[in-house]
Amino acid sequence: MSRIGVAFDRARAEGRAVLVGCMPAGFPTVEGSIAAMTAMVEAGVDVIEVEIPYSDPVMDGPVIQRASDIALAGGVRVADTLRIVDAVAATGAPVVTMTYWNPVEQYGVDAFARDLAAAGGTGLITPDLIPDEAQEWLAASDAYGLDRTFLVSPSSTDARLRMTVEHCRGFVYATAIMGVTGAREQASAAAPVLVSRVRAVTDLPVGVGLGIGTGEQASTAAGFADGVIVGSALIRCLLDAASLPAGLTALRELSAELAAGVRKPAS
Amino acid sequence: MSVDTPAATGRYPDAAGHFGRFGGRFVPEALVAALDELDGAWRTAMGDESFQTEFGALLRDYAGAPSLLYPARRLSARIGAQVLLKREDLNHTGAHKVRNVLGQALLTKRMGKRRVIAETGAGQHGVATATAAALFDLECVVYMGEVDTQRQALNVARMRMLGATVVPVTTGSRTLKDAMNEAMRDWVANVDNTHYLIGTAAGPHPFPALVRDFVRGIGDEARQQCLDLVGALPDAVTACVGGGSNALGVFHAFVDDPSVRLYGFEAGGDGPATGRHAASITGGSSGVLHGTRTYVLQDADGQTIESHSISAGLDYPGVGPEHAWLHDTGRATYRPVTDADAMAAFELLCRTEGIIPAIESSHALAGTVAIAPELAAELGREPVVVVNLSGRGDKDVHTAGEYFGVLDKE
Repeated sequence: MSRIGVAFDRARAEGRAVLVGCMPAGFPTVEGSIAAMTAMVEAGVDVIEVEIPYSDPVMDGPVIQRASDIALAGGVRVADTLRIVDAVAATGAPVVTMTYWNPVEQYGVDAFARDLAAAGGTGLITPDLIPDEAQEWLAASDAYGLDRTFLVSPSSTDARLRMTVEHCRGFVYATAIMGVTGAREQASAAAPVLVSRVRAVTDLPVGVGLGIGTGEQASTAAGFADGVIVGSALIRCLLDAASLPAGLTALRELSAELAAGVRKPAS
Repeated sequence: MSVDTPAATGRYPDAAGHFGRFGGRFVPEALVAALDELDGAWRTAMGDESFQTEFGALLRDYAGAPSLLYPARRLSARIGAQVLLKREDLNHTGAHKVRNVLGQALLTKRMGKRRVIAETGAGQHGVATATAAALFDLECVVYMGEVDTQRQALNVARMRMLGATVVPVTTGSRTLKDAMNEAMRDWVANVDNTHYLIGTAAGPHPFPALVRDFVRGIGDEARQQCLDLVGALPDAVTACVGGGSNALGVFHAFVDDPSVRLYGFEAGGDGPATGRHAASITGGSSGVLHGTRTYVLQDADGQTIESHSISAGLDYPGVGPEHAWLHDTGRATYRPVTDADAMAAFELLCRTEGIIPAIESSHALAGTVAIAPELAAELGREPVVVVNLSGRGDKDVHTAGEYFGVLDKE
């Protein structure tokens, strides 16, 4: 079983959901992002999702776009991302990488899988790679024992949902709303329905993401999903802060709030 | 409008939208259902005589098709080739793009959607989309890079007069590629009631093939007009290539005519060697951008590099996947044309024929000037060249006026 699977099993035994926290690599700097992700782990985030900054992130809302732009303007490279994965994996928390496809394609799919595995990464979340186009990634992830998290959406047909889930390993990413990343005020009515549709076709754990930003929302999502994925709200802690130390303090507070949320699943 | 498909259409793309190693779908799963719905609607429409009749009538009665094929005698004498200009500049809204938007607006109606969104660079596709939206009573939102809204202010006003909402995009390089990102984000959120009326033969399947099918009338008409006019097929067909819809539109009818050379002229900006250009095939490499695999201007990490061109309509760091494939197979030849050469050709057409071309189309003219002597030497006679004059230059008068220094000081 993958290290992500172990984290999900442990949480399930504790009667709670896994908290996945996302941060772009190299935001605000390479060292700053390592400090931020380490702080998140210390404050109760179970799994770290390292997003490779990309120039054209079509699944991301304004917060992650801004953070990615800052990272890219700072000169972060894909190779730095692997170094960050390595450093954060040393905390003991499973580290999954989220990436648009072109950076992997240019690095070389097999070489990327090899280097990600060597850095201690557990696998990839691929927002713009669907299994239909993923032959190279399926082979490389098998070769290096990496997890594959494809996204399912409220708009996925039953046939696509089943096909997509069959290609997943580790966990399935259910997008709670039709839209891009970013915290929302309203809870999604579509998310519980989607999660139960996924459960009907797989035993893999299901993480729900998009629009979750508070402890209360995390608690609600933990009531029906195995994992709660939070990105933009955590990133805002750093974007809105006057300094990195102030940002890290806010980040720890929100991480702890979310960690408490996933431990009180709403029934 | 014929519903027959030539052999080339039957072969490419494959059912999943691949042109050889290019094309396909690199999109969020949330969009797949809508792309499948569109794929079904397009395939049905292509085989449906009532759709073709309605589309054909719109092209004829509203857009002004078939556009003329005009023997440009004074230009021909100057460059040593018999130049036949495919006058897409005379279409309603001033460019070939009206064909694509009318086709997609009809499909939108058929799918029961009430809202269209579009990206635009120069503003021509935005104006065309706003026009079709007014005609078909659809809500219309156009995303346009903030930089482009400034250099094409007149087209912003046009879109607003036609009832569209223009959203300036302030992310990234604030040009066409960022407008496409923003349109994709809108579409992911509103896909239930919204059609993304994409403006070129790029993006995820079925867009590249669908857009090609809606603009292929350019080449179908030109092929017959050329046979009527000179009694033979042309020796070459030329077009400018940004995303590449006008070029595919004019190329497609000739792909299975081996004697007809196909030339696509990319925006060479300051020159490909300077790095400041938009020539994705000449100066880029294979990658994934905006939902498709194609030639992309990118760095070693796969980050998109900003493109540069005097022509906003060609200022895009990718190209339609069918062009990437036509390049790889050698069926079409792609060359860069610099800003300076394009502007010289712009002036040449103004002065020899009394036609002010779009700066985009001026790239096709400049490329034609460059290949005329090569073709003449190869053939041992004056070549016959069909040039796709894809748009008119009204929108570019300010840019060209500044370039040539003919504006009075205020």
